[in-house]
Formats: sequence, structure tokens, C-alpha cells
Amino acid sequence: MELANIEKLLEKYLEATTSLQEEKELRDYFTSGNIAPHLEEYGMLFGYFKENQSETCTKTIKLKPEKTRKKNLKWLTIAASLTLLVSMYLGKQAYDKEKKREKQLKYYAQVKEALQMISSNLNKGNDALYAVSNNLNKGTEAVAKLDTYDKTVKTVLSKVNY
Amino acid sequence: MNQSDFIKAVLPFKDKVFRLAKRLLVSREEAEDATQELYFKLWRNKEKLAAYKNVEAFAMTMTKNYCFDRLKSKQANNLSLVHSNYKEKDTSLDKKIEYKDSVNQVHKLIENLPEQQRIIIQLRDIEQYNFDEICKVLDMKPTAVRVALSRARKTIREALIKKHNYGVS
Repeated sequence: MELANIEKLLEKYLEATTSLQEEKELRDYFTSGNIAPHLEEYGMLFGYFKENQSETCTKTIKLKPEKTRKKNLKWLTIAASLTLLVSMYLGKQAYDKEKKREKQLKYYAQVKEALQMISSNLNKGNDALYAVSNNLNKGTEAVAKLDTYDKTVKTVLSKVNY
Repeated sequence: MNQSDFIKAVLPFKDKVFRLAKRLLVSREEAEDATQELYFKLWRNKEKLAAYKNVEAFAMTMTKNYCFDRLKSKQANNLSLVHSNYKEKDTSLDKKIEYKDSVNQVHKLIENLPEQQRIIIQLRDIEQYNFDEICKVLDMKPTAVRVALSRARKTIREALIKKHNYGVS
């Protein structure tokens, strides 16, 4: 393209009155690598524009990730509260059981003590009964002795009377 | 509108959305996040999309508004966007090459333009939109678009000539 034409287009370009087609002509000229020395600054400008046209977004775009994340969070909270409830229930049960066992143990100890007391007192009673029976035997023996003594006295008395 | 229709309607201009977001937000990561966010928004409003004649223009407007919101919230958070904070992954690699250097120069010059002029340069000189489409995206009158575009082009050119004459800074 003629230089004069390019210069004319550049003037229009600066006034922002060029059409897209005319701007394409300018771009083609200035990116061809064969630029008139006094127009070098435009080469930089159009080179930059061209470079930037090819820049792309490398990140892959998702359409709706936040939704699933929110859902996950919701389910997580539900699961956490359920676990808490269940563990509290189980814990309470175990605690009650333990308490009950302790109570029963206490009762058992009390009953045991009472039974021991009864048995020791029973033994004392037994001893006492043994003593009584011993003494009774002694008594009866004594009474038997007394009987023989009485008989001898009676025989002595009858002999004396004769 | 089902998923495949949606993808057919909106995915072709994914890169354009990304480039506009990058023009405004500067960093590549932010621009990618913005693109992703925009597609969430479009998907959520997919029932309404059919009513729009020009889905692409609508999406570009949404991109512009979203980026402005991002920039505003950044300022509100007292994290002003310092452009030199962000390094281009792919351009810093071979900065030594003169051609790349001139590309960077142009990039910086465009960054210094007002936001509206940046958008117009992006849409016209890079994406090659016609004026009707630009007017739709920005909700501006054609004459206003032309004035802004002319001003932007002249600013860039003058700055380039200055740099050229005084040597590369």
C-alpha cells in the first residue's frame, strides 16, 4: 500500500473516524515488518494490539462448582449433628448403666454386712446355748449326786430308827 | 436454556471477557478469577440470557461492572492497586528482546489511560468491535465513544514519539 494512503488513514485513525476495514489495512501494513522509519511508533502500537489479540484465558471455566460445595457443607453439618446426637444418647446410656451398677454394688455390700452381723450374732447365741446346756448337764449331775446323797441319808436314817 | 445451549452461546467470547478483565484488573490471576465469576453470574441468569439480542455485549458490560466493583472494593480495603506489583509471567522471561520491550512500553502507556479509554481501546483496537457494540457495552453515545477513542489514541502516540525521540527510558 502507498505510504501517502497509509498516512491519510493514520490521520483518520487518530480522529477515530476509520472503519474496521480501514483499521485492518493499517494493522496489516504495520505488522508486515516493512514500516517507513518515521512511522515506527505505530509499528509498536499495532504490534502490541496484534500480540494481545492472541492472549487466552488458560483457566478452565466451571459453570457451577459453588453449589455442590454448599450442598456438601449442608450434608456435613447434618451428619455432624446426627453423630453428636447418637454419641450423646449412647454416652448417657453407658453412664446410666454404670450408675446402676454402682448402686447395686452398694446394696450388695450393705446386705453382705448385715448378713455377716446376723451370722456372728447367731454364733454368739449358739455359744451361749452351749454354755447353758453344759451347765444344765452339770446341774443334772449335781442333782443325781444329790439324789444318791438323799438315798444314803434315807438309808442311814432308817438304820438309825431301827 | 440447557447446558449445551448455554456453552454454545457464551463460551466463544470467554477470551474477550478475560482480556477485558485483564486490561482493567492488570493481573492475570485476578482476570482469570473475574472471568470465572462472570460465568457463574451468566449461568445463574441463564434464563434471562435468551431475551438479550446481543449476549456478548451484555456479558462485556457485566465484566466491566464487575471489574469496577473489584477495583472499588480494593480501594475501600486500602489496598490500592500498584501496577508494578504484578509481573507478567510470559513477558518478563525475554524482556531483553527489543520487540518485547516496545510491547511493554505500549502496555504501560495504556495502563496509564483513564479506565473508560482503556476499555474503549481494548474493545476497538484489540477486539475490533464496531461502534454500535461499544456503545451498547458502555452505555455511551457514539460521538462520546469516538471522542474518547481519539483522545486515547493520540495520547498513546504522543507518548510513544516522546520516548522514541529521547531514547528508550
